[in-house]
Amino acid sequence: MTTTSPNVGQTFETVGVGTSASRKSLGRLIIIAGTLLFAAVLLFQVLYAAGVSASGFASWRPVFYAYFLWAASVVLGQILIRGEQGQRAAFVLPAVFFTVALVIFPTAFGLYLAFTDWNLSGSVGRRFNGFDNIVALWNDPFYWNALRNMVYYGLAVFFEYAIAFGLAVLLNADIKAQRFFRIVFLLPFMLSPVAVSWMVGKSIMENRFGPAARLARLLGWDNPAFFTDPWIARLSIEVMDAWVFIPLIMILLLAGLQALPKDLLEAARVDGASPWQTFWRITFPLMLPVSITAILIRIIFKLKLADIVINVTSGGPGGATDTVSSFIYREYRDRSNVGYGTALAEFYLIAIVIFITIALLVTTRWVSRYSTARAVDRV
Amino acid sequence: MASTAVTDDRRFESLGSQRARFVATRILIYGVLLLWAFICLFPIYWTLTTSFKSAPDVMQGHLVPFVDFTPDWKGWRSLGLSPDTLFETSTVREEFLKRMGNSLVASLGGSLLAVAIGSLAGYGLARFPYRFGPMRNNDISFFFLSQLILPPVVLAMPFLVLYKELAFLDSLPGLVLVYTLMVLPIVIWIMRDQFMSIPIELEEAALVDGLSIWGTFVRIVLPLALPGIVAALILALVLSWNEYFFAALLTGATAKTLPVMVASQTGSQGISWWSMAALSTAAILPLIVVGVLLERYIIKGLTAGAVK
Repeated sequence: MTTTSPNVGQTFETVGVGTSASRKSLGRLIIIAGTLLFAAVLLFQVLYAAGVSASGFASWRPVFYAYFLWAASVVLGQILIRGEQGQRAAFVLPAVFFTVALVIFPTAFGLYLAFTDWNLSGSVGRRFNGFDNIVALWNDPFYWNALRNMVYYGLAVFFEYAIAFGLAVLLNADIKAQRFFRIVFLLPFMLSPVAVSWMVGKSIMENRFGPAARLARLLGWDNPAFFTDPWIARLSIEVMDAWVFIPLIMILLLAGLQALPKDLLEAARVDGASPWQTFWRITFPLMLPVSITAILIRIIFKLKLADIVINVTSGGPGGATDTVSSFIYREYRDRSNVGYGTALAEFYLIAIVIFITIALLVTTRWVSRYSTARAVDRV
Repeated sequence: MASTAVTDDRRFESLGSQRARFVATRILIYGVLLLWAFICLFPIYWTLTTSFKSAPDVMQGHLVPFVDFTPDWKGWRSLGLSPDTLFETSTVREEFLKRMGNSLVASLGGSLLAVAIGSLAGYGLARFPYRFGPMRNNDISFFFLSQLILPPVVLAMPFLVLYKELAFLDSLPGLVLVYTLMVLPIVIWIMRDQFMSIPIELEEAALVDGLSIWGTFVRIVLPLALPGIVAALILALVLSWNEYFFAALLTGATAKTLPVMVASQTGSQGISWWSMAALSTAAILPLIVVGVLLERYIIKGLTAGAVK
């Protein structure tokens, strides 16, 4: 990590603290010592794990500690060697070292796992099996079924968005007890999905005594069953997930509505536009960037959907409500094969990254073209 | 004369219809608001009241305590939390308190660690120009934020294997690390947004007065950034308190958290409604209190940087 001369908007021009030669060499010494220690501990344990040497640690924990000691030595060394610049780097370096150790490394390790056959409860241990997992994935109808379900769940986001937009507009209107409604509308987002699974999925939607079933019978549905028909089951899961996450979209949209230029809306009113016209011609177009952000954030959360499905239906009936996460979870619980499970997960990650990247590119271009068109319009 | 009267009449009439429309709109607005408030509150109400019902009350669909059923401590007694069992020994209560303690330690530990690391990174990214290979500040920020899209399931199994080797399986420190990495992207994003909104002049003055960069950060900037820190901490706490997926895979008898306990009750022993309701109520109550008292900070945290 190097710091350059200030060229980003808000930056400091500060007087560099002089770094003497002795401080610099001390800094280098610390980094070298830290690196050597980390390398030595790593080598010691690798040799032990590989069966080359007879002595070693009981677990890899010391290597983990040595990594953070090394990271600390690098930060300290940077400060000693580069003074002011080093102090600046020290702000962001902890997050970088943490992320490398606990996000990048496990993800990369997962890529390696994806090419192995490794049953954690078996005695064989891990075996490299090349592309076998990928071939199995390609021929696994349940995995593709789960992916297809993700598309359905993803499309449902637009309905959630419509409801959330309506609620945000109402909350933004001149109403009494606004704070009360805002708190109440936010509450479902605070609740744990596991508790929601029981509260809604297993008790309110219970077929015999649940209030939802009673209501359904009242409305003429004789034998209400919320989790037996594939489409109704999917809908029930979606309703619960929407209940939890609509507040998130609503809060984002509400913040956007409150940031709208008041004079523009006032001008439209004075010119005699009806509220309906004002909404579609002014509010909605101006809200487009916020809307896209909210929808993307919501889709990102939706792609992680698992807890409710695991706890209410376990993917049933016949995989109709399965999400990719819940499917992999069950796959691991049933067969404890981390190799195949990781292959499925990494494939899913790559699919998500491609999808989100395309979505970001398309929407960014779309928004910029749209706003230039509107700017031309106004001129 | 007559014509004036007619126009007056008409004006009066249109004023009246306008008024009627205004009232109708108001009724519609409040009607929808109340309906949605009902949708939000009913499951919570249902869970709370069910924890005081006995079996017949559940089956007959009684809804209003004291009116159509007599509240009973049944659910809470099964947790050892009713007035008459509170001072007796109860294994269920011990189990419950242990899980709650685990949840508290894991979510508080993870959130505090994430806020510590994330505040530093957020400040650095808001103030100093970095260059890491081809990556500039915006790229580095995006790199951190992009970890949000990482589904837990991708990290879960590598963590299972790595934690086994590190002897972190079924341990609270292990869970703290997982929750830290889970909320770190959001914390960095909120804190960067917060630091960017603080005028830079104050820091420049402090630097001129001879404070170091770190001195300025600790003594001048951090106190000003307190609302952002609280917002980030609360949001991180909520997310990690509710976390289930990692906890279900990575913990067992010792480090199991409250959501895992709630989930394990639903499947096994049929459905004993009252005790499940009491357990669910106990699990969501802290968050409802937090939501009601600290709603402002949660909204601040959720909207940071999303709305420009």
